[in-house]
Amino acid sequence: MKALRNYLDKIKPNFEKGGKLENFHSAFDAVETLFFVPDKVTTTGAHIRDSIDMKRTMITVVLAMVPALLFGMWNVGFQHFTAFGTIEGKTFMQIFGFGFLKVLPIIVVSYVAGLTTEIIFAQIRHHEVPEGFFVTGMLIPLIMPVDVPLWMVAVATVFAVIIGVEVFGGSGMNILNPALTARAFLFFAYPTEMSGDKVWISGLKNVDGISGETIMGYAAQNKIAENPYTPLDEFLGFIPGSIGETSTLAILIGAAILIISGVGSWKIITSVFAGGLIMGLILNLFAVNDYMGIPAWEHLIIGGFAFGAVFMATDPVSAAQTEKGKWIYGFLIGIFAILIRVLNPAYPEGVMLAILLLNVFAPLIDHYVVEANIKKRTKRLKAAQA
Amino acid sequence: MSKVIKIKKGLDIKLKGKAEKVLHKVGTAATYAVKPTDFTGITPKLLVKEGDAVKAGSALFFDKYNSDVLFTSPVSGAVKKVVRGERRKILEVVVEPNGKGEYESFKKAAPADLSREEIINNLQKSGLWPSIKMRPYSIVAKASDTPKAIFISGIDSAPLGVDYNFILQGKEKEFQAGIDALKKLTNGKIHLGIDADVEPCPAFVNVKNVEITKYTGRHPKGLVGTQIHKVDPINKGEVVWVVEPQKVVSIGRLFTEGRYDASKVVALAGSELKETGYFQIIEGANIDSFAKERLASEHVRYISGSVLSGSRIEASGHMGYYDSLLTVIPEGDHYEFFGWIAPGFDKYSVSRTFFSWLNPKKEYIVDTNLKGGKRALMITGAFEKVFPFDIFPMQLIKATIIEDIDLMEKLGIYEVVEEDFALCEFVDTSKTDIQAIVRNGLDLMIKEMS
Repeated sequence: MKALRNYLDKIKPNFEKGGKLENFHSAFDAVETLFFVPDKVTTTGAHIRDSIDMKRTMITVVLAMVPALLFGMWNVGFQHFTAFGTIEGKTFMQIFGFGFLKVLPIIVVSYVAGLTTEIIFAQIRHHEVPEGFFVTGMLIPLIMPVDVPLWMVAVATVFAVIIGVEVFGGSGMNILNPALTARAFLFFAYPTEMSGDKVWISGLKNVDGISGETIMGYAAQNKIAENPYTPLDEFLGFIPGSIGETSTLAILIGAAILIISGVGSWKIITSVFAGGLIMGLILNLFAVNDYMGIPAWEHLIIGGFAFGAVFMATDPVSAAQTEKGKWIYGFLIGIFAILIRVLNPAYPEGVMLAILLLNVFAPLIDHYVVEANIKKRTKRLKAAQA
Repeated sequence: MSKVIKIKKGLDIKLKGKAEKVLHKVGTAATYAVKPTDFTGITPKLLVKEGDAVKAGSALFFDKYNSDVLFTSPVSGAVKKVVRGERRKILEVVVEPNGKGEYESFKKAAPADLSREEIINNLQKSGLWPSIKMRPYSIVAKASDTPKAIFISGIDSAPLGVDYNFILQGKEKEFQAGIDALKKLTNGKIHLGIDADVEPCPAFVNVKNVEITKYTGRHPKGLVGTQIHKVDPINKGEVVWVVEPQKVVSIGRLFTEGRYDASKVVALAGSELKETGYFQIIEGANIDSFAKERLASEHVRYISGSVLSGSRIEASGHMGYYDSLLTVIPEGDHYEFFGWIAPGFDKYSVSRTFFSWLNPKKEYIVDTNLKGGKRALMITGAFEKVFPFDIFPMQLIKATIIEDIDLMEKLGIYEVVEEDFALCEFVDTSKTDIQAIVRNGLDLMIKEMS
């Protein structure tokens, strides 16, 4: 630890202005601050500061995703062996190991592609490397189908970082959730890799005769009676789907971490679930097909709904920023997610589009919340002058 | 029965080293100083030069744009030096005391018998006028204004804050005289905020001519900005004056004794001290007269005022004009290995991302480390938890950064000053200098509105 510090201090001058490696300053800074909290002290304003910083915040979110990630890895193996009928006799480690080897490359590609882009932009802007990608880099693999080609992950990640974040001015200035930007990019650019009944289970792509249909797929085709999964399967996550989205239980553990630590907004999470439930109930009233007839509560535990509510909608940059706005924002995400899921025949899942849609409308929601406060103040002024 | 207002949104930061309630006498300090930098918005013009003999109450400098406002020496002696900074800006006028206790004499009369003009005149001549600050902007009050109300906060709820109930013991008469003088300056009320959770001192209990409001809950219940906002918020074009309780006592003494008696009590607090306590000093005293011998460690920061909004001073610096507290905390200029990922049982944080939240009663030693790198303002909802105003803090800060005057006005810039944002700055994940931003915004408003 001391030796590392001494080494960093020794090579530091090279990366400073005028040094040989000046162009790698942002990269050096990223590595240095990864190991050490900097020695900077307060110079203006409050002399003491809360121990929290962006790194701590982001690592907490990553930590909250770990249950979903670990379960996802296991489930990749479980779904694969089940579909091929070879699950008999497989040990836990064999199942998990299969999934681990499938998922790890996606994570590595996502982080390498994204961080490289971030570091280049930070260097151009003479900024420190922002930590937002800690989270985005983990979110992207978790919302991918397991057999997604790695080059697609790389392209989508770079697209998300540049078009989703950097063109707006960098981390904190973006309008859309970067991870969903990556997914939406793939969804529209390479739909065959991102939808259908073959992509959700590893190795199924070129195999005829085995279906890897999701529950939403059954419902959309009006064949819900063929859905082989029980609600308990759906809640625990023994179902096909994107890598990290299947287990509502694992996601709820993550939600608990986010809410207890205060990092994620409980208002958004609760209101998304409330909105989804209410829309589900409304659709039940007018049920004319299988999808509209799915019990409202079941909507919350299938597909990407829970994952979107907990990890995507809560991104503070693309969400509404006022506390009242967060209730409205979350509620509308819930409403639209189920609405798009059930009523739009082109998309059997609606969470991604609902969140992106509300990302765009979040500033408008905030505008009206703030405007109400301004009106109150104007009214008070008028009363005082009268 | 006075009204009780509960401040729910806020934060009590529990720091180690709260001042023990023991009053110490302090001998004459080596030097005393009046610091123009304490008085926001004035441009000092010197009236003395090095070597000039002064008495307590002799003018040292005045405000270039308001020549009636004098700043006077707290002690008798000789001007030792004028400390200047960049571009010859005057930082301190240092007086070496002669220990004779000579005073300039001013009008001595019961305030009730004097006119508003006579009171203002007496305050300006004696150098006590600057003790009255105005809102909006938190600058020295203008005698040409008639404030809609005067606010006095009898609570210091900041971390390691002083106990006014202790400081004001035995000063009932002067406090009342000060209130009577202030009463002549406004057509409205004088509001006194006191702590609902403790037994108030006689000076607060028996005082007349004031409207008392009690506050309970968390910091910033003691900030006068919070109290104004809850009781009588400032609209555009309105002016409110604020006075610190010990300054009310000084004003009272001016009228009962006819001289500028600049003595006051300050608390010495913080984790880096062997002994804490309260000290009877004279305004602007060199802090080594009472702090030096009580230090427990070397590498420390001295703050005149609270850790949230005080000003940094040197080891032989002088107490600030408006401050009743000297805080001593460790400097934090060290690296910490994997500090952002360690469990952090001993690290204070409002968020529960450090495990210290499992131990809510603990008192912390917090150093001056920034504890992270500066980032864009990303996290939302954190400011709102510690900001008791009916104002959107994040939106107002952003409007201030882009200097959108119209929007700042709409969002309530007149109701706040930098110290009201100190807690937001403390909890801010992106380590933005929010108080500096707000001060810039206020300076901009002053320029635009004049």
